[in-house]
Amino acid sequence: MGAKVNSAAAGTANYVDERTSIGGFVKFFARKLFPDHWSFMLGEIALYAFIILLISGVFLTAFFVPSMTEVHYEGAYETMHGVAMTEAFASTLKTSFEVPGGLLIRQIHHWSALLFLAAIMTHMCRVFFTGAFRKPRELNWLIGFTLMILGLAAGFTGYSLPDDVLSGNGLRIIDGVIKGVPLIGTYISYWLFGGEYPGVDIIPRLFTAHVLLVPALILALIGLHLFLVFLHKHTQYPGGGKTHKNVVGLPLFPVYTAKAGGFFFVVFGIVALVASVFTINPVWNYGPYDPSPVSAGTQPDWYILFVDGALRLMPGWVFGLPMEWEIFGYTLSMNILLPAVIIPGLFFAIIALYPWIEAWATGDKGERHVLDRPRNVPVRTGIGVAMIVFYVILVIEGSNDIVANLFHLSLNDLTIFFQWAIFILPPLSFWITKRICMGLQRKDRELVLHGHESGTIVRHENGEYIEVHTPLNEQEVWLRVNYPNHKPLEIEPEYNDLGVRRKGYKWDRFKQKLSHFYYEERVEPVTWEEYQEALHHHEHGPSAQGKQEAAEAEQADDRLKEEWDKVESSQDSTK
Amino acid sequence: MHALAKKRHHKAAPLLLVIALLALITAVGAFSAPSATATSEASADDVVAGEKLFAANCASCHGLDAEGQDGVAPSLVGVGAAAVDFQVGTGRMPMQASGPQAPAKPVQFSQDEINQLAAWVASLGAGPAIPTAEQVDAALGDPANGMEVFRTNCAMCHGSIGGGGALTQGKFAPSVLETTPEHIYEAMLTGPQSMPVFNDANITPEHKRDVIAYITAQHEGSPGGLSLGAIGPVSEGLWAWLVLLGLIIASTVWVGARSS
Repeated sequence: MGAKVNSAAAGTANYVDERTSIGGFVKFFARKLFPDHWSFMLGEIALYAFIILLISGVFLTAFFVPSMTEVHYEGAYETMHGVAMTEAFASTLKTSFEVPGGLLIRQIHHWSALLFLAAIMTHMCRVFFTGAFRKPRELNWLIGFTLMILGLAAGFTGYSLPDDVLSGNGLRIIDGVIKGVPLIGTYISYWLFGGEYPGVDIIPRLFTAHVLLVPALILALIGLHLFLVFLHKHTQYPGGGKTHKNVVGLPLFPVYTAKAGGFFFVVFGIVALVASVFTINPVWNYGPYDPSPVSAGTQPDWYILFVDGALRLMPGWVFGLPMEWEIFGYTLSMNILLPAVIIPGLFFAIIALYPWIEAWATGDKGERHVLDRPRNVPVRTGIGVAMIVFYVILVIEGSNDIVANLFHLSLNDLTIFFQWAIFILPPLSFWITKRICMGLQRKDRELVLHGHESGTIVRHENGEYIEVHTPLNEQEVWLRVNYPNHKPLEIEPEYNDLGVRRKGYKWDRFKQKLSHFYYEERVEPVTWEEYQEALHHHEHGPSAQGKQEAAEAEQADDRLKEEWDKVESSQDSTK
Repeated sequence: MHALAKKRHHKAAPLLLVIALLALITAVGAFSAPSATATSEASADDVVAGEKLFAANCASCHGLDAEGQDGVAPSLVGVGAAAVDFQVGTGRMPMQASGPQAPAKPVQFSQDEINQLAAWVASLGAGPAIPTAEQVDAALGDPANGMEVFRTNCAMCHGSIGGGGALTQGKFAPSVLETTPEHIYEAMLTGPQSMPVFNDANITPEHKRDVIAYITAQHEGSPGGLSLGAIGPVSEGLWAWLVLLGLIIASTVWVGARSS
């Protein structure tokens, strides 16, 4: 029945192929294998949010006027009648209240912007905690990191475009931060705003950045990001049969094409649902920008909250020492520089460079395509959790007035609490996470060596009671013993036999110290010998059933031993 | 007055007090005609009843003579009927427990009793009167001008449309979205608790009415759908994570579930 259609399709395909040689590419992409896991779709959510942003953004550019020319509002919204505002704000109101579907598209655009950043950060967390940034993916991690920064830039430039009081306050804070940069700050501010803040240039300039510059960069980097995903092949979770040299999954076509295509509509549908039910950024409440008023509850969109939080957290005096210094007649505002420039800068630098930091400690030169279970890398998992705690404290502090009001707390006490918490909670959460991970690893060892508790108690003839443990199956054992067992680096001595000092010793020493921090305390995976010993130790029961089980287990053992040797040899090759 | 207070237990004291106060009221009424006309409904009976209510419910902090006590309660001489109507009418007074500020709570008196209390307090000294129905009629106000007045004078504490906000040391500016027009007017006029007084020279009665019109206009709800508390980007961000990303991740688990 389908023969006719197929021949027509084949004819067209052949026509195109003869002229473009596209067949090779189609085959390459269609046959590409992908492993199946829900967490591999987090990046996809970000991609789809970006596509929704492009589509809805094109609609919005048709009605938005990026101009700061003053007009008096004469449109449909009653509480703004006759109010002086810029054309940017007036056209935003017009899009919201007079363009059919305009408000819905605006809300879809804004909700997907919030989703875009949330999905990027969730995706980053997945990549971080599973170690998907290790060789050969370090550069792709850096590209992803750059995409996150560009996402922040896209969000912030878009947030400011309607020229309302709320976003204007945010812009004023950014202006203050820029002016806080020593020497060049004021020049950058004047250059950016075309003179004294706010001027009449900033909206058109932000518009160009928001609709042209930033999206073009994001689009190009997404292309590169995905190209590298294809080039490196996808990572996979550990499990039976999965190695650093294969990919266990299904081909892109037809399964994933259908799944991914369908998933786009799921994401779009949910965004549209939320956008049609919940108000977002009601600029008509905030009113047209005027530098004098600041409302209570003035906050940036959530992804910039951490900067606001750091600024709110920073005391003007630290133990009686003023944080505004005057050096040679120049004022150095550490109370702005430290929280808004230095701290976020360091935070982002650690994120960007993390793959290299961990590689120094590990000394691992091999390619890693099988993901880590977070528990098997306790220090990395601890660092990740500590950074999340640090970030979340800043976000909550950025919302401190809302939190204080909601829970009837004192705003002052809340801030003092967080001023201490920012130093105490991240290290504490690092330590707790590391302990939990190692506890889970010990539990894994316990399970491999002793099996599942069956809940059955057997009494022998001699009166001895034993609890029957069910041995783990091959897959379960594999999952728990197959992980890289990194040890602290051993380095060559500082002086050689002739007493000559070795070049690069200090750098090696640093890496060794880092390595000790990571791997000094560790739970070793069960070795083959330990496993065998445990198995034989368990064969108490002289019952017939026990014997049969033992025979079956022996058969399985041979296969398992082979795999075990492979793991151990692959670990050796990384040195 | 102190002599009188010392003889509080004398049998004739209440009678003497009433007579003295009646004389005072008559005197005040004669000298401050405008204030008296504003509370025209208040009769001498109201004043008497109000005093009894005051003695029973308010005097433990404000004193029998309503002159207040240092560090406990302010003097109410000259606060006017508007202050009483606001504080008692929103349930803030009588205060239930000491704290950073007296929160609104279920009202403990009927409007008649509140009027009697107001009449007595108003009789102690000239102060702002309860506004007339016309003064607080939202339909007569200009919401666009109200928006500008609100944004310049109120939004820094009460939020962009009056959803409320935090102040220092556990104090807060409450939401005004559910507040009645009378109470909004009285609050501006009398500046309860941490709020500054916006007298008629500062915000004219017409502009006060515009503010009421603006706040009333918010009752229609947000044109964009549910307002998420109208407290700005924090609640939006929370919803983006919990609802939007939450729903989508739930669907990834569904899409990514193994078919085998």
